[in-house]
Amino acid sequence: MSSAECADTASVRSHGPLDAESREWLRCLAIPAEREQALVRLHQLLLRAARAELRRRSLPALVEGREQDDLAHQAADDALLAITGKLDRFRGESRFTTWAYKFVILEVSATLGRQYWRNPPVPMGDDAWDRIPDRFGADPAQLAESRELAAALRQAVTEVLTERQRRVFVAIVVDGVPLDALAVELGSTRNALYKMMFDARRKIRAHLVAHGYLDAEGGMP
Amino acid sequence: MTGWQVLHEFLRTDPRDVGCERAMEVLDIYVDVVIADGAEAAERRFPGAAAHLRACGPCGEDFDGLLAAVTGTMS
Repeated sequence: MSSAECADTASVRSHGPLDAESREWLRCLAIPAEREQALVRLHQLLLRAARAELRRRSLPALVEGREQDDLAHQAADDALLAITGKLDRFRGESRFTTWAYKFVILEVSATLGRQYWRNPPVPMGDDAWDRIPDRFGADPAQLAESRELAAALRQAVTEVLTERQRRVFVAIVVDGVPLDALAVELGSTRNALYKMMFDARRKIRAHLVAHGYLDAEGGMP
Repeated sequence: MTGWQVLHEFLRTDPRDVGCERAMEVLDIYVDVVIADGAEAAERRFPGAAAHLRACGPCGEDFDGLLAAVTGTMS
């Protein structure tokens, strides 16, 4: 056994009980003579996953044909870079390929978030609030209910949210901007915006309950 | 469901929800548990991540995508 193989064996052992396939990936990626070929195989897997994921999300209005394939390559390239940079963080708690696919799926999400702003929908301004009842499945025949729901929600958004929370809530819920796209626009992260929305939802719900629009169990009191 | 009920569901928050970052940290393990032992086993092992994946559309989408990638490779 070469010194590289010995070092690799020690490294693999530190990961605990690995399945055979994951062990083989780590072995190949650790041995200089096999690393290049392993990276090519890994990139092929990532590229196939990126293409499948872009097709699965079926966003033809955003990305089509050649452009979609360019995005798949970009996601696979970025994922491979991230994986090789974080290889020492793989703990063997999942299969290696599952761990690796996670990177490319997250890259596809980030890529689509950036892509959104290349051709964003025309902002509807105040008219967007008129669509709120549709977004929550209100029966169009129940005009009074629809109007009351939209007015109550708008009042809550105006009265209980901070300016930043209001901006994020309106962009996501009223204007329909995807969370990842909004994170790009605001220079924020999905996690930070989700936490802001989490607090906003809690505050709006408390307001609607306090004003008799909802009871604690849901629906109308 | 009426519009009010849908709105109530949307506004409901689960205190176990761990947020995007921590859910994504365990997403690969979560998916492998779903494949090996089923969704209920994954929810039992990671209740905070399960609560988050139910509530967060983008992270739920990533979960669906990772599950599809892994099961597509296995089939």
